[in-house]
Amino acid sequence: MFKILEANELATNIFQMVVEAPRVAQACLPGQFLIIRVDNEGERIPLTICDYDREKGTVEIVVQAIGAETFALSKLKAGDSLADVVGPLGRPSDLCEESIEELKKKKIVFIAGGVGTAPVYPQAKWLKEHGVDCDVIIGAKTKDLVILEDRFKAVCNLHITTDDGSYGRSGMVTKALQDLWDEGNKYDHCVAIGPMIMMKFVCKLTQELGIPTVVSMNPIMVDGTGMCGACRLTVGGEVKFACVDGPEFDGHKVDFDQAMNRMRLYKTEEGRLLLKAQEGDTHHGGCGNCN
Amino acid sequence: MDGFVRVPVREQDPKVRATNFGEVCLGYNKEEAESEAQRCLNCKNPKCVQGCPVSINIPAFIQQVKEGNVEGAYQIISQSSALPAVCGRVCPQESQCEGQCVRGIKGDAVSIGKLERYVADTAREMGIKPEGSKEKNGKKVAVIGSGPSGLTCAGDLAKMGYDVTIFEALHEAGGVLVYGIPEFRLPKDAVVKKEIENVKSLGVKLETDVVIGKSVKIDELMEKEGFEAVFIGSGAGLPRFMNIPGEQAMGVFSANEFLTRSNLMKAFSEDSRTPIMRPKKCVVVGGGNVAMDAARTALRLGAEVHVVYRRGEEELPARKEEVGHAKEEGIIFDLLTNPVEIHADENGWVTGITCIRMELGEPDESGRRSPVEVPGSEFEIECDAVIMSLGTSPNPLISSTTEGLEINRRKCIVAQEENGQTSKPGVFAGGDAVTGAATVILAMGAGKAAAKGIDEYLSNK
Repeated sequence: MFKILEANELATNIFQMVVEAPRVAQACLPGQFLIIRVDNEGERIPLTICDYDREKGTVEIVVQAIGAETFALSKLKAGDSLADVVGPLGRPSDLCEESIEELKKKKIVFIAGGVGTAPVYPQAKWLKEHGVDCDVIIGAKTKDLVILEDRFKAVCNLHITTDDGSYGRSGMVTKALQDLWDEGNKYDHCVAIGPMIMMKFVCKLTQELGIPTVVSMNPIMVDGTGMCGACRLTVGGEVKFACVDGPEFDGHKVDFDQAMNRMRLYKTEEGRLLLKAQEGDTHHGGCGNCN
Repeated sequence: MDGFVRVPVREQDPKVRATNFGEVCLGYNKEEAESEAQRCLNCKNPKCVQGCPVSINIPAFIQQVKEGNVEGAYQIISQSSALPAVCGRVCPQESQCEGQCVRGIKGDAVSIGKLERYVADTAREMGIKPEGSKEKNGKKVAVIGSGPSGLTCAGDLAKMGYDVTIFEALHEAGGVLVYGIPEFRLPKDAVVKKEIENVKSLGVKLETDVVIGKSVKIDELMEKEGFEAVFIGSGAGLPRFMNIPGEQAMGVFSANEFLTRSNLMKAFSEDSRTPIMRPKKCVVVGGGNVAMDAARTALRLGAEVHVVYRRGEEELPARKEEVGHAKEEGIIFDLLTNPVEIHADENGWVTGITCIRMELGEPDESGRRSPVEVPGSEFEIECDAVIMSLGTSPNPLISSTTEGLEINRRKCIVAQEENGQTSKPGVFAGGDAVTGAATVILAMGAGKAAAKGIDEYLSNK
């Protein structure tokens, strides 16, 4: 069992948790992920790591309640436990392997969308700890959904944009990137993490601007150790497994349309389970969507 | 019974079992087992023992069955095998112990596998546990992976007095016994869990959710956590695909994914929170035991199932018993057939698969006749799911994170057959991580050899 030390709602349906997981905390690096199970009957949920404390042996996760499992996860409080936390999985970010001198020469921009803001944080923090500056663009639908703002401000040059213009700049992250570029920020390297549709359009823009771009893919997974092949993607015409070859890939080579299509695989089944979980005893089917 | 024919074993009716996940084979009862045990000639030079990768003293345990002494029989088996209830179910006995049985020259071999299963199941019901070691030597050994090779190695080392910890990457112990082999061949709660508890009762510790190479490296286990030797039994690895067009369509799965969802995550049950596709018409590509398991699982989930295999019936690598069971249950075999392309509708869902007929040419280096395409013989099978069961290639998680661990051309870990020793001092390996995908019992044999190798290494250190 893995004890939850902190549990907070950062924004509507976005939850942050600090969990005791000494082995993961000891070994993880920015870019890697972990898999949790809420309880002994739970599904294996892959989640990115938002922060870690090697001395305390804790990891921090941020999760959006969107399906039955994440909905159940969001109900847990400090003092409760998760049945399983396993990791770190996947390869660390390439940034962690480059020489610090090389990194200092580069102008790096991170583009974080929605709950994808969380996995950007350890990368920006890691760079700051190594004396490397970076820009971060956080995109959210509206002001209330902007998360981790103060923590980002401490480690990077932060730009916030909201779709409805309620906070920071107005418009999508692609607009913010284009504007920043036009304002004279000639980036050499871009890392985009967020919904696949966002990453797709960021990559389209950075291709035009000529900025090499890394994306972090979050396809459907089961074991997360290379065994099942559920997370396979086409990258540069080759089949790759996000769990062992990624999760980060050259964004200009990823077949996003295929990846987005594959995400729909279990959509109906998941929806049914979520309705059942949310509606409890009042859920009797009959609406035509369930059997 | 005239002595030439074995006592038949009761099975669930094919029509009934095709719709449930209950065990297919029901096993012997006391009378049947004792009657079958009478057929053993108790040979002075028992060939069956030579045929067993873990050298169980087969005639000795069968004599105990004859006398109605199940506990005695169980203790004889458990001197050599940590997983008798598993082996009695999934070993290819026909090519091992039973394949060597003198009775088999004229008539049926003694039904050794079914007798082993009877002993293990009865002992479990009676609450009999294997005998552990009396003295502990305090030396720590790490075992990576809790599949057949790891459990065997850990059990043997614990019996010798070692302080053994098994590290398992998944949330549940058992490796292929829990994620790969389906419930209807190997019940999880009733059989696998109980045998793992028996191994733990010998003093073996188990830490789940640890991915060696990621959570902690082998060098760290040895340098920082005080393990004096390590056994790698991490299993086979990454599923292979065919690299044909359409393979990324929705409804194309690896057998590993399909089986892991159903077996480990219990998705076959309506109550499971892990989803699984329940196809209407499913094509399984491949002819091995894993393909049979995937096909029979899809069938039980309600599908019409076609097994597509590029060679002929004689060449099917699956056990005859499994092929026979699959046929009885209504699985259709499209042999000498190979997929060319998978088709999908405008939304990306599988609609069918184009295959081509094959004929057998000259034998290749493996001795099997290699299949050759028949030009112009393409045809389409309509289906909504395709399950690829083409074997696996080794997982690089451990080999790429361990200094000085030699791997071969096929990326398998190099280890000596007789004692499991790898190129790295103190590190031993066995099972599929060394051989590539093979059988449960061969992995157990390798785990056993490595336990002996580790004992010799640490005794001389």
